[in-house]
Amino acid sequence: MQYWNPTYECMSREEMTRVQAERLINTVKRVFHNVPFYREKMQKQGVEPGDIKTLDDLKKLPFTYKQDLRDTYPYGLFATPLSEIVRIHASSGTTGRQTVVGYTRRDIDTWAEVMARTLSCAGGNMNSFIQVAYGYGLFTGGLGVHYGAERIGASVIPISGGNTKRQLQIMKDFGTTLLACTPSYALFMAEEMEEMGIKKGDLKLKAGVFGAEPWSDNMRNEIEERLGILAIDIYGLSEIIGPGVASECPCKCGLHIPEDHFIPEIIDPVTEEVLPPGSKGEIVFTTVTKEGLPLIRYRTRDISTLNYDKCECGRTAVRMSKVSGRTDDMLIIRGVNVFPSQIESVLLEIGETAPHYLLIVDRADNLDSLEVWVEMTQSIFSDEVRRVEEVEKKIRKEIEGTLGISAKVKLVEPKTIERSEGKAKRVIDKRKL
Amino acid sequence: MHVKQISVFLENKSGRLAEVTKVLASNNIDISALSIADTTDFGILRLIVNDPEKAEKALKESEFTVSCTSVIAIAIEDKPGGLSKALNILEEKAIGIEYMYAFVGKTSDEALVIIRVEDPCKAVDVLMNNGIKVLSSDKVYKL
Repeated sequence: MQYWNPTYECMSREEMTRVQAERLINTVKRVFHNVPFYREKMQKQGVEPGDIKTLDDLKKLPFTYKQDLRDTYPYGLFATPLSEIVRIHASSGTTGRQTVVGYTRRDIDTWAEVMARTLSCAGGNMNSFIQVAYGYGLFTGGLGVHYGAERIGASVIPISGGNTKRQLQIMKDFGTTLLACTPSYALFMAEEMEEMGIKKGDLKLKAGVFGAEPWSDNMRNEIEERLGILAIDIYGLSEIIGPGVASECPCKCGLHIPEDHFIPEIIDPVTEEVLPPGSKGEIVFTTVTKEGLPLIRYRTRDISTLNYDKCECGRTAVRMSKVSGRTDDMLIIRGVNVFPSQIESVLLEIGETAPHYLLIVDRADNLDSLEVWVEMTQSIFSDEVRRVEEVEKKIRKEIEGTLGISAKVKLVEPKTIERSEGKAKRVIDKRKL
Repeated sequence: MHVKQISVFLENKSGRLAEVTKVLASNNIDISALSIADTTDFGILRLIVNDPEKAEKALKESEFTVSCTSVIAIAIEDKPGGLSKALNILEEKAIGIEYMYAFVGKTSDEALVIIRVEDPCKAVDVLMNNGIKVLSSDKVYKL
């Protein structure tokens, strides 16, 4: 079994608690003094940095919500002068407003460290050829994996997403040993591979780190079988750092969290109370080493459990279970976070359409598809096909512009989309995950 | 000289066309011409009826999306070259045709055609000045 940083990955609970408490105390001091938002929030709650003496005091601190990042857009929660920020990433927001995250030089270093642990979990080392097929850009996936791969001294193939035939040709010719992409894209590659006549025996691929979207054990089995590899589930979110927040080891029984950087808690999303180990609830993270954007008790809305038992791999780092759902209505489509309310705001902006819509998410040939049903109205209807199609195209473009993924728009007859008294049913997810 | 055409938005699913004709039948509305433009996802049904106002109201009450457009109806000789003659006139005057369709019934030895153009007034003038018979709405609704 190989570790990247056994000092921390296999640290005793006692020692880890000490490290976490020390780092937490410093983080709280820093945000209190440098981020007016946190100072006000803490004062409102009657907490001062001096009240945080042990790890147990974490529960006294206020939560941070995604909405807080939006309300302070773009840089309101940054804790260092902007001159110290060396990188900015962003993820899509619900109303066109993005969630902006900033990294100092040391944050990038931390990112490389945690991703190095992730890639080591999957068997990566200096002899590996790592094909990074996550998108590079504002999305954290590509560059996050890239840094970790460089840190462990692997040969990085920064191919980014798309162009599957080229991906496979390079995988074969360059001798890729480790693949990083979304699980659905890995399966899509497996299919394309068969069409191109490439056999798994032609590849040197040994493992893959797959994340950014939910996937099932069935999908894992299929990927492992068809590509002949070890498929590792990884977890991350840009607000915390990007990929690298948690990763499975070859035991595949939970995702190890680099706890010396990110302290997890499981809470009841309604009462907001901290739940005992093993309970199912919303996973909340506090970053204790980040400089640019330290977040206190960040509400991920992801549902998971925590297991503090020592893993068979020898790591003591706490394991979170594979995310089993969301506490909100966020969907992950082709690795992109989609909130149904984004569609609503697009329709309201266009103005002539009814704000009634239905999202139909499906997965065919291992690729997610999004179909948006919009009701026809008198004002956008025309006797000419061309004009109706123009409306369809306009809605599609607006949706694509806001969500960042392609969608099919289907105009339906008025009042055919279900209205309900309470929360309208806006989503039909046909994917069997 | 304009004829009112009723257009109805239809999703491509079974029973929708039957539903439209049912609404019209129960309101005692007679259809004299129709055409359907269809795409993968939807269709647009265009109708010439004896009472367009009544048809529009009835269909709207049944939750259909309906629009009313002015089109022109022409009578041409029912022999080779009849349609060509009329269309050449429009072509010469650079009047583009959005779409057209033929009447189901016919009078004596004339064929009846519905034409949708951007500017129906201009088209009517051009056609009539060139000896093409344009039908009045009264006449069309009674067909």
